[in-house]
Amino acid sequence: MLSQIIFSLFLLAGSYFFARKVREISRNIKLGRDLQINDRPADRWKVMARVALGQSKMTSRPVAAFFHLLIYVGFVIINIEVMEIIIDGIFGTHRILSFMGGFYDFLIASFEILAVGVLLACVVFLSRRNLLKLKRFWMREMTSWPRTDANLILITEIFLMSAFLIMNATDSILQSRGADHYVLAGAFPVSSLLVPLFNEMSNDGLMALERFCWWFHIIGILAFLNYVPYSKHFHILLAFPNTWYSKLEPKGSFTNMESVTTEVKMMMDPSIVPPPVAPDAAPPRFGAKDVKDLSWKQLMDAYSCTECGRCTSVCPANITGKLLSPRKIMMDTRDRLEELGNGINKNGPAYEDGKSLLNDYITPEELWACTSCNACVEACPVLIDPLSIIIDMRRFMVMEQSAAPAELNGMFTKIENNGAPWQFSPADRMNWTES
Amino acid sequence: MDNFKVRTMADMMAAGEKPDILFWVGCAGSFDDRAKKVTKAVGRILHHAGISFAVLGTEESCTGDPAKRAGNEFLFQMQAMNNIMVLNGYEVTKIVTACPHCFNTLKNEYPQLGGHYEVIHHSQLLQELLDTGKIKVEGGTFKGKKITFHDPCYLGRANEVYEAPRRVIMRLDSLMVEMKRSKSNGLCCGAGGAQMFKEPEPGNKDINMERTEEALALTPDTIAGACPFCMTMLSDGVKLHNKETEVKVKDIAELIAEAIDL
Repeated sequence: MLSQIIFSLFLLAGSYFFARKVREISRNIKLGRDLQINDRPADRWKVMARVALGQSKMTSRPVAAFFHLLIYVGFVIINIEVMEIIIDGIFGTHRILSFMGGFYDFLIASFEILAVGVLLACVVFLSRRNLLKLKRFWMREMTSWPRTDANLILITEIFLMSAFLIMNATDSILQSRGADHYVLAGAFPVSSLLVPLFNEMSNDGLMALERFCWWFHIIGILAFLNYVPYSKHFHILLAFPNTWYSKLEPKGSFTNMESVTTEVKMMMDPSIVPPPVAPDAAPPRFGAKDVKDLSWKQLMDAYSCTECGRCTSVCPANITGKLLSPRKIMMDTRDRLEELGNGINKNGPAYEDGKSLLNDYITPEELWACTSCNACVEACPVLIDPLSIIIDMRRFMVMEQSAAPAELNGMFTKIENNGAPWQFSPADRMNWTES
Repeated sequence: MDNFKVRTMADMMAAGEKPDILFWVGCAGSFDDRAKKVTKAVGRILHHAGISFAVLGTEESCTGDPAKRAGNEFLFQMQAMNNIMVLNGYEVTKIVTACPHCFNTLKNEYPQLGGHYEVIHHSQLLQELLDTGKIKVEGGTFKGKKITFHDPCYLGRANEVYEAPRRVIMRLDSLMVEMKRSKSNGLCCGAGGAQMFKEPEPGNKDINMERTEEALALTPDTIAGACPFCMTMLSDGVKLHNKETEVKVKDIAELIAEAIDL
């Protein structure tokens, strides 16, 4: 009875703190500019099914895709086992789902095989990061915390899977010895290989080990659940909404700034009456200086990023040694948003700290190195759009600060004066037809 | 031009005529000496195929693409709205252009400002003309020649036109070789996003060199492109490698014009 109460308390606390952090993240995302995204729902469901559920973007790197698939499928399926653990924990039962008989055996056997798959994939991923030192995991923005974050996730998963397998091994020995509570249930294709390790132990010792692994497994899962929203691992949840809300227009289509359209129309036709503005409304800012100037979707992009670095590894600017890294754009956006969110937690919703995404996190040099080639957008397995953030920040630098590189200001002037980015007379536009 | 006159929309309207398609030449196509050759090739092919076309001539102005990519939305929208007034004034319905940047902007960014046209890139038009037999490639100008195609970002990834230029090249009876980074993985030439008009940020290499080296590693006879900016970047790269006598950088329209002896 006591263990049921302790379990329920852990479960409640784990769920409460997770929900609280998720609500905070949701509030942070809503700090972004409002944006209506609900057109073409049928297409959106298809994109989500293909890209998030179906992992279609992962396949461009088959080795990573295979091991990632193992972890993904393992994670989703093994959650059925977690359901059983939760019911057992609350009601003090043992293997409550075993009434399903042959199907239960099939389930447990599948969990075990998947658990080994997950374990193996985590070992491979740890080696890629720490032994092979794949370049994209050691770039400039991959400072000690992002590297530790990745390792913590992989090591935790190895511990969780090991506990699950040892739990099953000890359980199966207790079952075969006919110990109290330990009903004959399940098939153990993998953990049976571990049986020789524990076969010498007494029933009491085995029970203690089995219970320890059971508690370690479930408390580990609750702790991991609470770690996820602080980590890059949050992509396991946000991949789904983030692909649903992703851009359906061609990648070359950049957003139209309505605020600018209004002003340009007024300039071209003075008879147009400007739309009424609330007297106390702050003048709208053109482009993005800080996270609040970005749209909520761009902020969701930042929380969806798992820092895999596929974007940066195909970025022509980054490949040729420039400072720009699309992954860093996303990581900076999230870090800045978290910083602002923490300030709001402490000081209330009106909090301002005088810092901004531009300059304090992302430098103009990074932003001006972009060729807008969309390689980063194409590479992202969860359809993040770093390019849109880069363009919105350029818009701020150009339209609010007049801080474009001198050559670009020259180009603007030429377009204004002679309708071409080079200094040629419009009268010469037909010259190509001569000769 | 040589044996025919390129007509403007103004001419045509004055004569009470309307072309089937507007040829949007673009700034590079109008003013850049290398790109002007591509413009001529497109003009000759259109004439040869018996297509009724016209240009805007002096009434054409920058689409605003480099301004928009550089963050100057004001200038972009001013350009766009002025161009839309001209285009709508002539009741233009279909546009072809040899510049992927103009193509993308006209097709994707003008509709929101009131400009609704069917916009195609010249690779798509060439493919259609070849498929329908309006132009025929005979003789073996390029037989056995090794050609690789560089995907312009604003044609490829931005608008997912990967096959049209390749199917045009296939008609040349040449040996088509692909770079490792091609189609959706194509590497930028380095000119997009208004980079064409500024020096690159500090780094250890220029992007056009990275791309040119990838193409040269295939030892092609020709590097084919479909964008005036890529043309500049890749031609510069080939020159810096002193390979301009062995390796030609050509637009697909020039290849077709050469193959049909225009």
